[in-house]
Amino acid sequence: MTGRGLVERDLRRAWSSGGLVAPVVFFLLVAILFPFAIGPDTALLRRVGGGVVWAAALLAALLPVERLVGPDLEAGVVDQLVLAGWSEGGIAAAKVAAHWLGFAPALMAATLVAGALFDLDGAALVRLEGALLAGTPGLAALGVATAALTAGLRGAGAVAGLVMLPLALPLLIFGAGQGGGGGAGGWKLLLAVSLLLVAGAPVVAGAAMRTARE
Amino acid sequence: MSLLAFRGVACRRGGRMLFEGLEFTLARGGALSVTGANGAGKSSLLRIAAGLLAPAAGTVERVAAGLADARAALDEELPLARAIGQWIGRAEAGAALDRWALAALAGVPVRLLSTGQRQRANLARATAGGRALWLLDEPANGLDAPSRGILEAEIARHRAGGGAAVVATHQPVAMPGAAAVAL
Repeated sequence: MTGRGLVERDLRRAWSSGGLVAPVVFFLLVAILFPFAIGPDTALLRRVGGGVVWAAALLAALLPVERLVGPDLEAGVVDQLVLAGWSEGGIAAAKVAAHWLGFAPALMAATLVAGALFDLDGAALVRLEGALLAGTPGLAALGVATAALTAGLRGAGAVAGLVMLPLALPLLIFGAGQGGGGGAGGWKLLLAVSLLLVAGAPVVAGAAMRTARE
Repeated sequence: MSLLAFRGVACRRGGRMLFEGLEFTLARGGALSVTGANGAGKSSLLRIAAGLLAPAAGTVERVAAGLADARAALDEELPLARAIGQWIGRAEAGAALDRWALAALAGVPVRLLSTGQRQRANLARATAGGRALWLLDEPANGLDAPSRGILEAEIARHRAGGGAAVVATHQPVAMPGAAAVAL
């Protein structure tokens, strides 16, 4: 299987099983709940909007984690990819790419709706979308690494949350900070955290898959 | 030239030594039948031969292999031809389905296949793609008599073409002139 073939396969499986509709709907629901809970205070909503979108994105990214790696390990797909000459790190990198393509564009589209709910103006919305564009690759990488680490555990979903959410804190801090209008230094830190996760996740996930195989 | 050589190989699983000091070589055209009780390490031997498991001791020389074990590694929701085509390419998938008498099922989703059909699909995937070494774990599981005939004929054809096969099985699979390893 080629790299493109593997990314396309993961993407097709993610969408055809309906697995990616749920996170996007969940994201929107969380974004809708907040204005109801906080009340129609536009100034307050505008202030918390960016942070709420980031927290919702984080929780939404957690939903599909259980089916990112575990099913492929169980079905022997990872074994067969290794036999076909893939390294575990390469498999993980392809999974990060597929996971990001599957959930980030949809999430960013849904953010337009969320932005309207929080009465964000054009500039704030552009900043928020920019921060999501920079941060979601890191979120996807973290998701795949968590999925590989928790694959095969009973109640993997709950454990995945405990593993992933603390590690996602830097993304949340810098991402939400940028949504609120941080300086150039904030962008650099957000990109640095995202890059670190994207570069590190295939190594961690690859090692976890190798351990799971033996 | 040998396709697979085990030299003093030991296998330890979960702190228990399954076998040690295992030696054999498998040349082109050869076949090896692996037998042993449940849990004796037949599947582990095949995974070591495939390079998926590191031996606890000893060295393994091997070429790239096709492995068919208990897991078919086929996407359940896809039609059979596409599921196999993902691994070996569309063109080759058609030929593989013909060889294993699966052509009529090309459009059927994998999740609807019976045990025996699924096993034939598994074998079709593992044995396509021109791998010289076949590693088959209980290949006759779930197969009816005609399908077992296909399996034996395919192994014979593969060996005649210069390939080799390692077969771990409880059921009799006819492989003339095959060496045997009992664990």
